[in-house]
Amino acid sequence: MNFSDIIEFVIDLLAVLLLALGIKGLSKVRSAREANFLAAFAMFLSVVGLLLSSYLGDSGIPNHSWIWIIVGSLVGSLFGALLAKTVPMTSMPETVALFNGFGGMSSLLVALGVSLFPIADTEGTLKLVTDVSIAVSIFVGAITFSGSIVAMAKLQGWLATPGWTQLKARHFVNITLGVISLIAFIYLLNENPSSIWLLVISSTFLGIGVTLPIGGADMPVVISLLNSYSGIAAAAAGFVVGSQLLIVAGAMVGAAGLILTQVMCKGMNRSLISVLFGGSLSEQSSSSSGSVEYTNITSCSVEECALTLEAANKVIIVPGYGLAVAQAQHTLREVTKKLEQNGIEVIYAIHPVAGRMPGHMNVLLAEADVPYEQLKEMDVVNPDFPATDVVLVLGANDVVNPQAKNDSSSPLYGMPVLDVQEARTVFVIKRGMSAGYSGIKNDLFDLPNTSMVFGDAKKVLNDLIGELKDLGVGER
Amino acid sequence: MIFDTSLLWVLLLGSLLGLELIGKVPPTLHTPLMSGANAISGITMLAALTAIINAKPGSPLLIIGSISLGFALFNVVGGFLVTDRMLAMFSRKPTKKK
Repeated sequence: MNFSDIIEFVIDLLAVLLLALGIKGLSKVRSAREANFLAAFAMFLSVVGLLLSSYLGDSGIPNHSWIWIIVGSLVGSLFGALLAKTVPMTSMPETVALFNGFGGMSSLLVALGVSLFPIADTEGTLKLVTDVSIAVSIFVGAITFSGSIVAMAKLQGWLATPGWTQLKARHFVNITLGVISLIAFIYLLNENPSSIWLLVISSTFLGIGVTLPIGGADMPVVISLLNSYSGIAAAAAGFVVGSQLLIVAGAMVGAAGLILTQVMCKGMNRSLISVLFGGSLSEQSSSSSGSVEYTNITSCSVEECALTLEAANKVIIVPGYGLAVAQAQHTLREVTKKLEQNGIEVIYAIHPVAGRMPGHMNVLLAEADVPYEQLKEMDVVNPDFPATDVVLVLGANDVVNPQAKNDSSSPLYGMPVLDVQEARTVFVIKRGMSAGYSGIKNDLFDLPNTSMVFGDAKKVLNDLIGELKDLGVGER
Repeated sequence: MIFDTSLLWVLLLGSLLGLELIGKVPPTLHTPLMSGANAISGITMLAALTAIINAKPGSPLLIIGSISLGFALFNVVGGFLVTDRMLAMFSRKPTKKK
């Protein structure tokens, strides 16, 4: 072991330690921000370690390598930073999906490049190991890339879930693609270098084929799973170039991502299997019985809503993604400020999957300066509903559907929901009678204590502020 | 022709560590945690770097490696910045009160 190896060894050990502490810290509110910084620092350290040890090593880093290193890093970092700084908070899930896809693309390209143009380093090691890791890296990398891009397009609304993707035949197509990938893999091991292209193509299509039929409501789980895949792809790339640090970090992200996926599934009361192979929820619901028509809708004006709010002692807000789309968080904050000034207790009830991703709604409300203490999780807030005068449902739908409790034939059955119907009065602010993200009818809207206030969330809230002002609420 | 079996041990222990690291995560942190872990998966940049450093002069691997490095850094830099943006919102409120 010479000097440069020792330097790399020490730095790598330190980087792994910091990365592990970073992931650990990210799972606690108090330490999360520092932990994120720690992980970023660890990544920086690992790059410095690699460059330093190569620089001090026997062959050094040739000039032509420096040029391409600098070009690649500058362009990538610049665009990444630009996107990260400008993207609105509402499109966070899409952004994570995009980043993730590019990570997969990176693993794919490295493995492909090393396979086509072998580097001096790998010639000494066992060829089989290199080949297997290259194939795994390409396979997982391609699935991560194409799957993430599909997920992003769906969340962005560029891609719907077409009916034909729900056909049973999709399983056959995907299995075929999987088999083709396997054949390409075997050919690759048997010294057929050109089959690598077949592997690239079939695994790319497999990524699309698996992601496309999954409904938008399940996308967060898919992104989390793909995130775990990109860790596996990184670990495989680590085998390609023989880097222990890469293997540890990749394995860590892969395993942690798997756990996170599991946690998310639990929050939505879905099993991973049904998310991946069950198709979209609305498709399942069409087969279940139950009327789709609403029979007992009460609609009311903003003025009535304001009058009821003024007389209330305790108000619970149930925000959903629709609120974020309408960019109405700040207007909502104005309304609640007025109510609070009048001595009315205001709580925000956050369902575990409110928004498009678990925790997304907390981020959005924090952006609008809502005090952290007012955000209550579902289990904490549910016993409060019977003692609540008014519930305002803003752009949430499936998470307040009593079907999940009462109707065992509903696809939502068993999903934990907020028991808003227990409150004295429920106002649902909504554009129209369209179904929620799952495409399932909401029984809440038919209940006698529910009133619908139709309109764009932001406009309704603005009107509400006006009405409250007229009533003299919050003038003190 | 030797294969360093210790790499497989590294893989196994790394996976076990990952399984243990995340025990109980409050739902608030799911999105930031996912985004942070995603940034870390951009560690493939090390593979891209290794490929570029070891490539022969004039080899197309230089360009492929460079593109791969770009993708990876896009993931890493963007991922960490976006995570920080999200987490900053949680920590802003308590500091204001002081």
